[in-house]
Amino acid sequence: MYRYDEQDHKLIRERVAQFRGQTERYLAGELSEEEFLPLRLQNGLYVQRLAPMLRIAVPYGLMNSTQVRRLAHITRKYDKGYAHFTTRQNVQLNWPNLEDVPDILAELAEVEMHAVQTSGNCIRNTTTDQFAGVAGDELVDPRPYCELIRQWSTFHPEFAFLPRKFKIAVCGTEEDRAAIRAHDIGVQIVKNDQGETGFQVFVGGGLGRTPILGVAIRDFLPETHLLSYLEAIVRVYNQLGRRDNKFKARIKILVKAMGPEEFARRVEAEWEQIKDGADELTVEAIEWAKRFFPEQPYKTFKAGHGEAVLRDQAGDDKAFARWLERNTFPHRVEGYQAVTLSTKPTGIPPGDVTDRQLEAIADLADEFSFGEVRVTHEQNVVLADVEQEKLFALWQAARKHGFATPNIGTLTDMICCPGGDYCSLANAKSIPVAEAIQRKFDDLDYLYDLGDLDLNISGCMNACGHHHIGHIGILGVDKKGEEFYQVQLGGSANQDASLGKVLGPSFSRDEMPATIGKILDVFVENRQPEEFFIDTYNRIGLQPFKERVYAKAS
Amino acid sequence: MPKPAENPAVKKPVGAQPENPAQLILDGEVADNQWNLLPLTGEEQITADKLAAGKIILPASVWLALREALQERKQEIGVWLDSDETADFIGEYARELPLVAVHFPAFTDGRGFTAARLLRERYGFKGELRAVGNFIRDQLTYLTRCGFNAFAFQGAQPLTKLIDSLQDFSDSYQATVDQPKPIFRRRALAS
Ligand code: HEM
Ligand code: SF4
Repeated sequence: MYRYDEQDHKLIRERVAQFRGQTERYLAGELSEEEFLPLRLQNGLYVQRLAPMLRIAVPYGLMNSTQVRRLAHITRKYDKGYAHFTTRQNVQLNWPNLEDVPDILAELAEVEMHAVQTSGNCIRNTTTDQFAGVAGDELVDPRPYCELIRQWSTFHPEFAFLPRKFKIAVCGTEEDRAAIRAHDIGVQIVKNDQGETGFQVFVGGGLGRTPILGVAIRDFLPETHLLSYLEAIVRVYNQLGRRDNKFKARIKILVKAMGPEEFARRVEAEWEQIKDGADELTVEAIEWAKRFFPEQPYKTFKAGHGEAVLRDQAGDDKAFARWLERNTFPHRVEGYQAVTLSTKPTGIPPGDVTDRQLEAIADLADEFSFGEVRVTHEQNVVLADVEQEKLFALWQAARKHGFATPNIGTLTDMICCPGGDYCSLANAKSIPVAEAIQRKFDDLDYLYDLGDLDLNISGCMNACGHHHIGHIGILGVDKKGEEFYQVQLGGSANQDASLGKVLGPSFSRDEMPATIGKILDVFVENRQPEEFFIDTYNRIGLQPFKERVYAKAS
Repeated sequence: MPKPAENPAVKKPVGAQPENPAQLILDGEVADNQWNLLPLTGEEQITADKLAAGKIILPASVWLALREALQERKQEIGVWLDSDETADFIGEYARELPLVAVHFPAFTDGRGFTAARLLRERYGFKGELRAVGNFIRDQLTYLTRCGFNAFAFQGAQPLTKLIDSLQDFSDSYQATVDQPKPIFRRRALAS
């Protein structure tokens, strides 16, 4: 993975010193609340309902075990002994003291981490596929490009005060596991007829209160133009994006108002001026970035040997077989498999892990996966390079630490925002709804039979829980001061991305598990062999679900 | 390259107008303000012969209307751009000017950063580039990287202390006005 050199270290140290000074000025009353706000946001510090929250950047979700151990230490020393993995592959602390934040940042800097631009109206952490570099269906490893984007966007002097937050996602496979069309810019790695690497560029996606999928404004951008093209897009946005109304300030609104063709025309005109300038990537720079993501020192295995071992072990142990089926992912190298550690056992807020669990993750990474871990946008943790022969041992260790719930990709592997328990913007709590659904549907055979199913929950229309792109989406709404939940069906985050449709009037919290039950019944009764929920929904539409859910009791 | 607007209508003032403090930070030092910035009043009947004597900074739309008439006084006429006026608004005329000021109505309004870079990098502006309005000291390094060399802070401000913030960062990842090579070019060369 990428390692800091002296320049990175110096810049991050300078940033910590700068923020320490700002915090001191704020506490001394020399910096107003209003002025401190954007400064602390750009250093990851929110103030929420109960306490400040600190969002720590995990560039494109990748960390080494030293960093994970440092996080464990930080949660113990400065927080309540747990942390939260977010849908943008970052880590969040829920209870730090404002006075301690500069010290926390200094501790992070020692292990090449920071909280820069994890919040605020600037370019945020770039995200990608959690299986980058190991997926069999990958065209090109996206991580070197993500790292180049990270450096370009970090402390970008021109783009630190944009109209609104700005998110970029990169995807190197055909199956989009990074939800790139839900981002301000989505970068899809492609190859042209000559076999050259380039990018298809989407702009104007975003969820929130006006969910829109990004549109392609360029089908093939040669790879050396990546940064100049991004610069052109953000520059057009910085000049023309709305600043009078924060709900209309995202780039998606500008693209929509102007029309994607006109927006693309302006970007191209700007880009014409700056392409081949200093920001142009060089072949050497791309090669340099690639050197940080070399082939791991994989062992050579005989074809089929690992699978045979696994077949035997799975035959003897149904629980292991289930885990293998749901929680592992094929690896492009013979004899290896990627493993997802589930942070979603019933009864724990999705994405929450304790300090002890963080240390366990670090240990498992060292023992089984070259000391590296990845955070997923579904809020789980991936060990990407595990020998098939060691999967059984890993499974047993993961069970001991509570990471082996074999539910990846199923109904109970939900994305869920912090909601009313933590967040002052919430209309409704989301964690208790997630928990009630997990409790009702805890029969693994039933879950497996349902197959792949994304259920996403947000506590308000800001959509932190991505409810628009869940196959089933749940949205907290306020009805005369009471917490209610609206249900949407048919969203999807994949390459055929779509936004969910509202089922009908909303439900009370108590009604939610039964409502989900009815929706699943309709699916089970109508499904054809091999269909997943989203396929059946696409075939039969909203109406049958509506009829069942809102049927009058007779 | 877009051409500057020919005789655009004089702009109506929107929101607070920039102030014109007695002192400022210029090229890293506290200095007396030699210029008189004229805000938009909304009743612009300004003609070239009615303008005050001395060094003045005119609203961009006023200057565009008077540009021809002011050729004689070129060296003592500067221009200020409001945040909704992009650098293209004066475009290559910038080259003729000794001073351009860019207004930050709020420090969170980042349009002025782009305006500055374009003036320097695209329109070849070499004169004094002055930030006016409500920017804050914590932005000084970013402002400098985008090409500003003068900072007219509003209100009573301890300018000698603020100067320190010019040193917050000693390097940058990107190509900027004061660092023409982005870090990846410098690194790739070194390795
Ligand atoms: C607890 C306090 C939180 C607050 C107050 C909060 C607030 C917000 C707001 C206001 C937005 C909408 C911004 C906009 O597009 O206009 C937003 C979006 C978002 N939040 Fe949060 N958030 C919180 C926690 C989280 C957490 C813990 C996560 C990760 C699990 C998260 C993930 C996201 C994501 C992914 C979006 C983007 C949706 C989009 O693309 O528009 N948020 N958040
Ligand atoms: S979706 Fe709403 S309730 Fe949930 S975290 Fe975001 S802002 Fe808070």
